[in-house]
Amino acid sequence: MTSHIHNQEEINKQIKDFIAEILKQDRPDSHLITVLHKAQELNGYLSREVMDLVSQEMNIPTSTIWGVATFYHYFKLNPIGKYNISVCMGTACYVKGASEILETLKEELGIGVGETTEDMLFSMHEARCIGACGLAPVAMINDKIYGELTPKKITDIINKLRKEEETK
Amino acid sequence: MNTIKAFINDKEYTIDSGLTIMQACDSIGIKIPRLCYHPKLSISSGCRICIVEVEGMRNFVASCSYPISEGMKIHTNTDAVRKARKDILELILDNHPKDCNACVRDEVCELQQLASTIGLRERKFEGVRREKYVDDSSPSIVNNHEKCILCGRCVKVCSQIQNISAIDYANRGFDTVIVPAFNDKIANSVCTLCGQCVNVCPTAALTEKNYTQDVFALLNDKTKIKIAQVAPSVRVAIGEAFGIPAGNNMEREIAHALKLLGFDYVFDSQFSADLTIMEEASELLERLNGKGKLPMITSCSSGWMKALEQFHPDLIDNVSTCKSPMSMMSSIVKTYFADKIGRKPSEIANVAIMCCVAKKYEAKRPELAMEDGTPATDYVITTRELAWMIKSAGIDFKNLKGQDFDAPLGLSTGAATIFGVTGGVMEAAIRTAYELATKKPLENIDITAVRGNEGIKEGSIEINGKEIRVAVASGLGNAHKLLEIVKKDPERYHFIEIMACPGGCIGGGGQPYSGIRDLPFDPKLVSERAKALYKSDELNKIRRSHENPAIIKLYDEFLGKPLGEKSHKYLHTHYKQKFPKGIIRKSKEK
Repeated sequence: MTSHIHNQEEINKQIKDFIAEILKQDRPDSHLITVLHKAQELNGYLSREVMDLVSQEMNIPTSTIWGVATFYHYFKLNPIGKYNISVCMGTACYVKGASEILETLKEELGIGVGETTEDMLFSMHEARCIGACGLAPVAMINDKIYGELTPKKITDIINKLRKEEETK
Repeated sequence: MNTIKAFINDKEYTIDSGLTIMQACDSIGIKIPRLCYHPKLSISSGCRICIVEVEGMRNFVASCSYPISEGMKIHTNTDAVRKARKDILELILDNHPKDCNACVRDEVCELQQLASTIGLRERKFEGVRREKYVDDSSPSIVNNHEKCILCGRCVKVCSQIQNISAIDYANRGFDTVIVPAFNDKIANSVCTLCGQCVNVCPTAALTEKNYTQDVFALLNDKTKIKIAQVAPSVRVAIGEAFGIPAGNNMEREIAHALKLLGFDYVFDSQFSADLTIMEEASELLERLNGKGKLPMITSCSSGWMKALEQFHPDLIDNVSTCKSPMSMMSSIVKTYFADKIGRKPSEIANVAIMCCVAKKYEAKRPELAMEDGTPATDYVITTRELAWMIKSAGIDFKNLKGQDFDAPLGLSTGAATIFGVTGGVMEAAIRTAYELATKKPLENIDITAVRGNEGIKEGSIEINGKEIRVAVASGLGNAHKLLEIVKKDPERYHFIEIMACPGGCIGGGGQPYSGIRDLPFDPKLVSERAKALYKSDELNKIRRSHENPAIIKLYDEFLGKPLGEKSHKYLHTHYKQKFPKGIIRKSKEK
């Protein structure tokens, strides 16, 4: 695991460097969201340790940071799995049965919205309209869009991804 | 000052310019209903209760934030605005339990009072409610989320007045809650347990942890010797809970009521405040002579001690090793006094009546326990809790004849009385330190430089030809500011007093809720309580701690001398850094 620790140190260093630049500007506090974006980009999600680091470096109380991090859907508070599934819950998808897709995934993966499976393979999130209403209901897995989903179809996709991982 | 003319409810008024509609209406005697607004805190116009109608405006405006201007025509009481306020309040109440008569804030609840003011007499909507979730992890403060209406006054007092920022809004929409960072429990957060959030909470969402049932059970325990002690600032505030105007000293009624409740001895924390001064003034003189760090900082305030450990661990060596008066009293009761009455410490139960919720935490600190590990102070109840116990036991508090505190630990000087107000410990310590060091009487013992309601005060006094510079801060936000100066310029002061609550103990988190429809956390109320303490000091024949005959006797019979071996064992302690470490937002003004 040494490589991981080294990696975390490197991530922390990059976050610190980014904040150091921000602190040179006027009203650095107002850049908190920018910093959290960067931290999430580097770390994959906002861990407690990362939020503590931002708090210390920017001199902003952790309660404030927690408030911002939990307000915006964009911020992830749990580690993200290899396959990040976003189920579109926009109006068109919703009408075409997006909640059934969501329920199927919850059952199939054994996790709730915003959570990650123990094997770190799958994460699940709700998304607002992703602009593919013609294909409703849709889900995105990482950068790929899957349209005209049914409970069966999404289960097949999950099983296919699982198989791929097993054979690797 | 410039004035403008404006119409309020069809009458023309000349009003100072630069006011909000709410302030203008206050100035002519119309108090618009309000909820999230507080004059000491920033304005968020969140609750919308204070809306008014302004001619020519499309919508109602929030009067707390909208500036009044020339020729404006305002209506505060039309049918439309009254109905809108009622609807808004109904929607707030929609997500609030309907258990008023079984709630600890019954009769002293701002939300309940507001519903009565607005004329809400039925609850039409049956909507989704937030889930019941109670954080009772800390020994001092309970957060019952089910009762929270998200007005945000607690968040603001914690960040803007105390600069602690232990809590903030988290999540959003219906899921919004006010919690410590990372959804941690209060006990695991940077919360200093000062209780100012409890003071400003309009509902029972934030309350002290209630120990009244335990104390009633104790009072019925025939095997124990029950001993009460009463903090200085309790006596000048408790009357408010019985409808007596602020600033009346009720110490004799309190002593009488505690006896009627069943306490065997009623002692006075002012006795141990005198004792604290003996030790603290001696410690100051030692430090001035090169033994120990300067500036020396006081250690009586429990909220400040927790803030020290989490926000200023670098200053731990600067803080006096003296225990607080409460803990000194409990120690002396279970040693010196136990011996006097021929009882074992385990047969004695100490109950402290305090203006403070942080003292409940202090009582449970392991470093303040007796040698066998049991707590020196068994229970701490607030002024509010005592007022309720008195009512619950059917004691006619207002009409009690009153009686003295018991000897020997009930005798105190004027110096001890003013412990309850910001600057008081400083003043008391100077009176004694000066006379111990110079062996001469201090001519003017009213040290006015450290009096008054300002957040930070400074002064100086000459002792044996040396100028001793002192500073006083009350409210943790002010304390942070003062300590910022000290960290930059450690030579600037010799002695510093810090109290966690604005105004000192009289503004403590355990004091009675303000009267019906009055402002919580009101500076005027606090200054009335302060006046009563200063008056009591003035009327006392003995005004210097070292002249207290019971204190002199205690040293003769038991302790030996200040800072002696026994003093160190029973009256002094040490603090350690605690985590998580707090973040202090820098003050904006340079």
